[in-house]
Amino acid sequence: MRKSAPSPAEDSSNPEEFLRELVSHLRQNRTQLREEWARRITEAKLLTAMSKEEIFAEATAVYDNYVEALESGTFEALQAYARNLSERIIPRGVETHEVVGIVLLLRDVLARSLFAKYQSDFSLLNRILDAYEPAANRIANTVAVGFVQERERVIREQQEAIRVLSTPVLQVRERLLILPIIGVIDPQRARQLTEQLLRGIRTNRAKVVVIDITGVPVMDASVANHLVQTVEATRLLGATVIITGLSPEIAQTLVTIGVDLSKMYTVGDLQGGIEEAERLLGYKVVPIADPATSM
Amino acid sequence: MQVPILKQGPYLIASIQSALSDNDLMELRDSLVTQVGNFRSRGVIVDVTALDVMDSFATRTLRDIAHMIRLRGAEMVIVGIQPEVAFALVRLGLKLEGVSTALDLEEGLFYLDRAARVRGKEARPRAQ
Amino acid sequence: MRNEGSRKEAVAARVVSPGKNGKATVRDISVIVETDLDIVGARYQGRTLATAMGFSPGDATLIATAISELARNIILYAKRGEIILKPLARTDASGLMIVARDKGPGIADVQRALQDGYSTSQSLGLGLPGVRRLMDEFEIVSEVNRGTQVTVKKWKR
Repeated sequence: MRKSAPSPAEDSSNPEEFLRELVSHLRQNRTQLREEWARRITEAKLLTAMSKEEIFAEATAVYDNYVEALESGTFEALQAYARNLSERIIPRGVETHEVVGIVLLLRDVLARSLFAKYQSDFSLLNRILDAYEPAANRIANTVAVGFVQERERVIREQQEAIRVLSTPVLQVRERLLILPIIGVIDPQRARQLTEQLLRGIRTNRAKVVVIDITGVPVMDASVANHLVQTVEATRLLGATVIITGLSPEIAQTLVTIGVDLSKMYTVGDLQGGIEEAERLLGYKVVPIADPATSM
Repeated sequence: MQVPILKQGPYLIASIQSALSDNDLMELRDSLVTQVGNFRSRGVIVDVTALDVMDSFATRTLRDIAHMIRLRGAEMVIVGIQPEVAFALVRLGLKLEGVSTALDLEEGLFYLDRAARVRGKEARPRAQ
Repeated sequence: MRNEGSRKEAVAARVVSPGKNGKATVRDISVIVETDLDIVGARYQGRTLATAMGFSPGDATLIATAISELARNIILYAKRGEIILKPLARTDASGLMIVARDKGPGIADVQRALQDGYSTSQSLGLGLPGVRRLMDEFEIVSEVNRGTQVTVKKWKR
């Protein structure tokens, strides 16, 4: 196996040879190329969330991983690194265009250094670029995709957290709970809601629960079923359920799954539902002799 | 395993302490029906707070108890169904139709008081 | 075949874990059901295992309730049978499998038994549709005079 020489290679048109040549060049010029890259990152006003030292440190790691991937032709290590890097920089507010930008800058820095070195031998330069291009593209892709996937995962988690928080079970009066539901409910969220509600009834000793679905645009049969089951379970805990904000579409869905709407306690809007609940609880009735008639 | 049954004025309170076997449930049924007769109780509270599972047999038996007790002129209310148990019951498709439920002992007593008052009103001739 | 994305189910038939005193314990559990006390025992085992596996209290209750129904069916119709609890592991989830089997008279018309009208509201209903509603997966095999085996699974979310 011939050691790659700094002089133009001979008749071998084996891309492996040129790749090795390329990698050797990148290793030899590591310091200078990293610095150039870091400089250009700053010039392009990318990674502004990070300090110069941090940029250089990350640039070093990316550079080494880049060269490693070029040399080995395997990308697992690079993928793992990309995910790891993303995990660290996403909370710092680094965005996708920045990550794509810096990877493309590195490509450019390396390509230019290849031009500079092999400009006297155009055909050699060509062959080296032929070896370089596909690998470089794949690397850019791997890093960008890794970053985007990590970002999507984080966004999903955040949305989930918001969903959980945005459906609190509110105790507005003694013995009265309100559960305002907003958005589309999937089966998992439906389960969460039921758990929170039933536990809330127990904790707050609620006698009336107002479930407001004004903010729910649509509900499929399985979630509608789940809603009905929740209402039935609530009754077993001795509480009355009032449903408010029932749209004609959702009413239709309920009827389709066999719910007898006349058996469900519904009121047009949330305010009306709260008033009805207060009436049931005896808040607005002037107390007279016999409470037995109030319910 | 015997379920302790306490007498509280006109009411009987059966507090289930732990998981009940089918035989235990049937014994409870017989005990309650007998004692309602002996004490002429007006109401029965069955506290199932400690029951971690209510299956078809438990549900059916409790319904039977409520039915038999009503035949003796008394009201029955089940209290303390745990949230998870309530949900499992509903998912299983069991109905506790005809059986009153309340959140806890306090609510159960309140319910029985009200039910007794309503019945008392109906029994009395209308005041002039 | 690469593991990523593959949903091969590695049925962890024997999930071995170190017990309290360091000895390895096998977590497959088998309960013979013959009396009403066995029903309580099977439920308890199911709940304990489900909780140890990290199922939510709500799911553990669903599991225990399903076991109760299945065990009761065994005793009602076959007098004697077995409930087996098996932890499951997939690449993306873990779960619990419950097998209720007996060598009893079997169910002549399984389809009918799975219809909702044939449920526990009747005095001696099988309650199978209800059990199916409690769990994520449900399978039944039954042959007249040979016996019945119901397999249900619940996955941890």
